Amino acid sequence: MQIVNRSGTSTKQIILIRFIAILAAIVVSSIFIGFLGYNPFTVYQNMLKGSLGSTIRFRATLLEMIPLVVTSLGILIAFKMKFWNIGGEGQILMGAFAASFVALRIDGIPDFLMLPLIFLAGFLMGGLWALIPAYFKARFGANETIMTLMLNYIALQFITYLQFGPWRDPKAMGFPKIANFPDSALLPKLFGIHIGLIISILLVVVVTWFMRNTKKGFEIAVVGESFATARYAGMNVSQVILFAMLLSGGLCGITGVIQTSGVNKTLTMNISSGYGFSAIITTWLSGLKAPMVLLVSFLFAILLQGGSYIQSALQIPQSAADVLQGMILFCILGSEFFVRYKIRFRKKEHPNNGGVSP
Amino acid sequence: MRKRFKSLFGLVLAVLCLTMVLTGCDGQGGANNKEEKVKVGFVYIGSAEDKGYTYAHDQGRLYLQEKLGDKVEILYQENVSDADNSSVAVMQSLIDQGCTIIFANSYGYMDYMHDIAQDYPDVTFLHCSGSKSADNMLNYFGRIYQPRYLSGIVAGMKTETNKIGYVAAYPIPEVVRGINAFTLGVRSVNPDATVEVVWTSTWYDPATEKQAAIALLDNNCDVIAQHQDTTGPQQAAESRGKWSIGYNCDTSEVAAKSYMTAPVWNWGPYYAEQVQKVIDGTWKPENYWGGMEDGIVALAPLTANAPEGAQEKVDEMTAKIMSGEFKVFQGPIKDQSGNIRVPEGTELTDEEMLSIDWFVEGVVGTISSD
Repeated sequence: MQIVNRSGTSTKQIILIRFIAILAAIVVSSIFIGFLGYNPFTVYQNMLKGSLGSTIRFRATLLEMIPLVVTSLGILIAFKMKFWNIGGEGQILMGAFAASFVALRIDGIPDFLMLPLIFLAGFLMGGLWALIPAYFKARFGANETIMTLMLNYIALQFITYLQFGPWRDPKAMGFPKIANFPDSALLPKLFGIHIGLIISILLVVVVTWFMRNTKKGFEIAVVGESFATARYAGMNVSQVILFAMLLSGGLCGITGVIQTSGVNKTLTMNISSGYGFSAIITTWLSGLKAPMVLLVSFLFAILLQGGSYIQSALQIPQSAADVLQGMILFCILGSEFFVRYKIRFRKKEHPNNGGVSP
Repeated sequence: MRKRFKSLFGLVLAVLCLTMVLTGCDGQGGANNKEEKVKVGFVYIGSAEDKGYTYAHDQGRLYLQEKLGDKVEILYQENVSDADNSSVAVMQSLIDQGCTIIFANSYGYMDYMHDIAQDYPDVTFLHCSGSKSADNMLNYFGRIYQPRYLSGIVAGMKTETNKIGYVAAYPIPEVVRGINAFTLGVRSVNPDATVEVVWTSTWYDPATEKQAAIALLDNNCDVIAQHQDTTGPQQAAESRGKWSIGYNCDTSEVAAKSYMTAPVWNWGPYYAEQVQKVIDGTWKPENYWGGMEDGIVALAPLTANAPEGAQEKVDEMTAKIMSGEFKVFQGPIKDQSGNIRVPEGTELTDEEMLSIDWFVEGVVGTISSD
């Protein structure tokens, strides 16, 4: 058996593979649901009903989608450069930290300046957190996967320290909770959803434009293809890496701002909620195309919200709902492998290796 | 490029169509069911199978279902964090599914529930263990400190090293009060014993709780008590051949060799009463803090692990607590530095108990706060 690169997979083949993947996901999870003693159709119907079936549920789905979209855009820029940024969680947390610092610890900020300032602070702090591995990669060729991953834990412990220690709200009577943001630092709402939705859609447009139409965006793609080509073309590779990671981490930082200011109303150590990792999946599934991020994140949000809904609606245990989500994702991610590679079975070694088959 | 956008647009359109179809179905189906049954939603901090705090609430849910039968339909969601806003989405979802009564069982839900209660004036909210209320929200709890005092008597008579370990979640008044009551019970029979406290910063985490208990056992404690939602600490005590006091429900089967007794909850009657009141239209936002005389809290039966003579002493004090002759927090009570905090002839008021932020004499540990 041999795994070979598929060169020039046709659109037809890709659609077929994806279709089979979705079918496989449905079949496999149906068997699982059946074993649990539920009717698979009821479960799927409830997942859709739970994520799209009413205004409140649809809003809940969009609230799941927003952080996925913004984080995915950040991850996308890094991945385009083949810089494996696994540090979205940490960058979200540090962005949230900077936003909270501005909102809670600095006095005398006029109301109209508050929101712009917390966004700026969140963007810069997330970006700075990502610049650390970027610098080591550009300067010493250090492995960015490990570094970004480890920086997640440092950020998490730092926020935990703040929440249980110096930033604990004395009014919370011993419960480890950071004080809520003042009203001026909360995202306003439109149609019942905080304006993070609009911000996320705007960011999709901006990132699409940036990657397609700017010199910097082009440079990032070239560095991703090959360092040597980029150098040959006269690009400053180190500078491109640093700049791209500032954007990548900055976007993740903005997720942190949106989640603190729009959703939680304060900083908690759970603020990143695994979006930094989920976004790796959505980015990958989007094929590193910014407009597709919106669609994939929406579908992913349906999976999350639907999975949460079936727990209360059908009393399916949380762990089972998680397994279900995992199985569906596994099938769909697995299909990406077949889009890129094919497996060739060799029955016999022909004497004239590589020659024309009879 | 254009082609791809077209197909993308088509997909989104298809999803939206599907949504509308499903929304239509839901509206009709919901209306038919809603007429007779009252839908009740429970938000749980842990798993209904935790053999601890959430299990005790879930027993209450089952009692409610059995008692009111066809009149109610109950939904619940487990493992909802109270350290962030997860409970908001869960409560909204339950209300969206038709629930008109929401029970939420952990302290940290308080502010979120208080907020959301304003958005849904027609829904009745009941929050366990907090302090906030509103026109459509009350808080309820039991005087679990009473059976905790009794369990302290058992621990105080059992200990040989005169060091008792206490695995505790967060330094909030509820937990501090419990530790104090337990320690007063311990020292009423054994004035030399001390109670060492370790904070875990979690309500529900079997591994962390176990680890904390092991640290206490390593420190020469021979009885382990807990304010945690799992049986982790009791299992740790069992693995070392030491003794334990449980919490929430009778766990004599889980840690048969260490478990002596436990302060336990009995939520069922209260839940049935409250839901019935909502159905009858007589519900009022009256905060509730019932004691052993109401049966909402009790001390589980002592097992063979309990020391000799403990049963008699417990029975005696139980009778005094039930009759009101004895109050757990009646003076004289000294704090950790030996100053009299509750003079003889007085007792702590409910308000003082609900905001207590100091340890009684005999507790080894600190309430860390800024």
